[in-house]
Amino acid sequence: MYAQLVETGVKRVKSLEEMSPEERHFQEKIDAEIKIEPKNWMPEAYRQTLIRQISQHAHSEIVGMLPESNWVTRAPSLKRKLQLMAKIQDEAGHGLYLYSAMETLGADRDEEIAKLHSGKAKYSSIFNYPTLSWADMGAVGWLVDGAAIVNQVVLQRTSYGPYSRAMIRICKEESFHQRQGYELLLTMMRHGTQAQKDMVQDAINRLWWPSLMMFGPSDEHSPNSAQSMAWKIKRQTNDELRQRFIDQTVPQLELLGCTAPDPELKWNAERGHYDFGEIQWDEFYEVIKGNGPCNQERVATRRQAIEDGAWVREAAVAYARKQQNKNAA
Amino acid sequence: MHNDDLIPYLLLLGDSALIQGQRLCQWCGHAPALEEELALMNVGLDLIGQARNWLEYAAELLDDGRDADALAFRRDERAFHNLLLVEQPNGDFAVTMTKQFLYDAWHLAMLQGLCASSDPRIAGIAAKALKEVTYHLRRSGEWVQRLGGGTDESRRRMLAAIPALWRFTVELSQGSESETRLAAAGIAADPGQVGQAWLAQVSAIFASVELPQPTPASHFYLSGRKGLHTEHLGLLLAEMQFLPRAYPDAIW
Repeated sequence: MYAQLVETGVKRVKSLEEMSPEERHFQEKIDAEIKIEPKNWMPEAYRQTLIRQISQHAHSEIVGMLPESNWVTRAPSLKRKLQLMAKIQDEAGHGLYLYSAMETLGADRDEEIAKLHSGKAKYSSIFNYPTLSWADMGAVGWLVDGAAIVNQVVLQRTSYGPYSRAMIRICKEESFHQRQGYELLLTMMRHGTQAQKDMVQDAINRLWWPSLMMFGPSDEHSPNSAQSMAWKIKRQTNDELRQRFIDQTVPQLELLGCTAPDPELKWNAERGHYDFGEIQWDEFYEVIKGNGPCNQERVATRRQAIEDGAWVREAAVAYARKQQNKNAA
Repeated sequence: MHNDDLIPYLLLLGDSALIQGQRLCQWCGHAPALEEELALMNVGLDLIGQARNWLEYAAELLDDGRDADALAFRRDERAFHNLLLVEQPNGDFAVTMTKQFLYDAWHLAMLQGLCASSDPRIAGIAAKALKEVTYHLRRSGEWVQRLGGGTDESRRRMLAAIPALWRFTVELSQGSESETRLAAAGIAADPGQVGQAWLAQVSAIFASVELPQPTPASHFYLSGRKGLHTEHLGLLLAEMQFLPRAYPDAIW
């Protein structure tokens, strides 16, 4: 999940009887699977929750460029370099779609980005982990984009029209990059040297648990989920999505010939699912709070880029104004 | 004799695109706006793609067992033939866009000439690249205008960026004897025409926002065409080539 802890500000979900006529009409539309569009009435808490969620999602795309920018200058072949550049370019594009979707709710892109830079707004915890070898580019593509896709495929049916449509476009591109990431790892495992195979296993060891954390807190510790589910912003719970991700990823892991760093991971025929070990929730909350391995660097890099670029943006505005005046004269 | 001229020429085209693309990769995550993140990566992607096409052809003609990747990742700086201009550090956005613009204007003129090459492989690669570079030049030219005609600050930075880069432009306005021979054979773009078209393009954009008209740069003993580079290329290659050098038997 690219937006893993979104406050709804709602303690308890209201029943239809408790709602005002407007709220009730809104909820009935939601229940009937009619998409909410920008000009429709919506509860203020719904609007604010979506702004938080979509901006978190957009910020994640942008901050998510940084772990990859760490390796784009060192990609080991022209083909891999091209793939990584195309992926990064798509991520910037996804950020743009999402900021646009967010702006349909009346939020301002620059204000939300300022919140990211001040540490007030969140982005996916995964991007606070460092990329330490080339294999991480494959593991990020496979595991991180894989987790994002499991989440985003469901969000294609989210109740807010502009968000849902952004997800449909994003998923198409994202699936392509995920397959490339997996193919990158498969190439290293099947045709590579022992050093390369070790690199792949090490990348999986480091990124496995952080990828599982992308789905957010477990359902019992996810107080905001009930309202998000009632509004159909979320369509499935964190734990359901995490389980789906594990179930589809373990066979891929086996095909690679790698292992997960989880001794408790095993097939449970009774449940028809894989059982897995306990996530280190202390670590998760520390990373979310800003105390992960790269939080400070990631935010500082983004803040610096925007500060250093201020004169460029001012020049573009000044030049456009001069051209306008010239055309008007 | 033909290949002795042609291979360095393909390397001039391929290496210049590769090194310019590599410089653009260094901007990733640091651009002044999200739209620019997208555009810088887009242009870089085009250039690396073109580099691959030129280097593949060069590798075939070399026929010594090396492929495009080996040429990109296993050659030392003395064997690189890129323009000195494109290996210069990114500096601020004014330096980056001026560098891009000077290169794009040369690149476009080269590709226009090469579309008529008697070598069908060259004409084919050039025709595809020309579409991309037409976009690159439009974009970088517009940025030169925005920055040159924007605020006092952006103009001040442009006025600093131009002379910092201008000294490397002899290579853009003048070709080599080898290129003149290839052009006479109908294979290469005519270096004289390329130089003129390049200067006309640069002068027009500079004039449009009253940036000082450039005078011809003076000769350097350094020459990208001869593999005599500035100190910047070695470091750039150290970073770019690290993995294939460290794991020579690896398959990526």
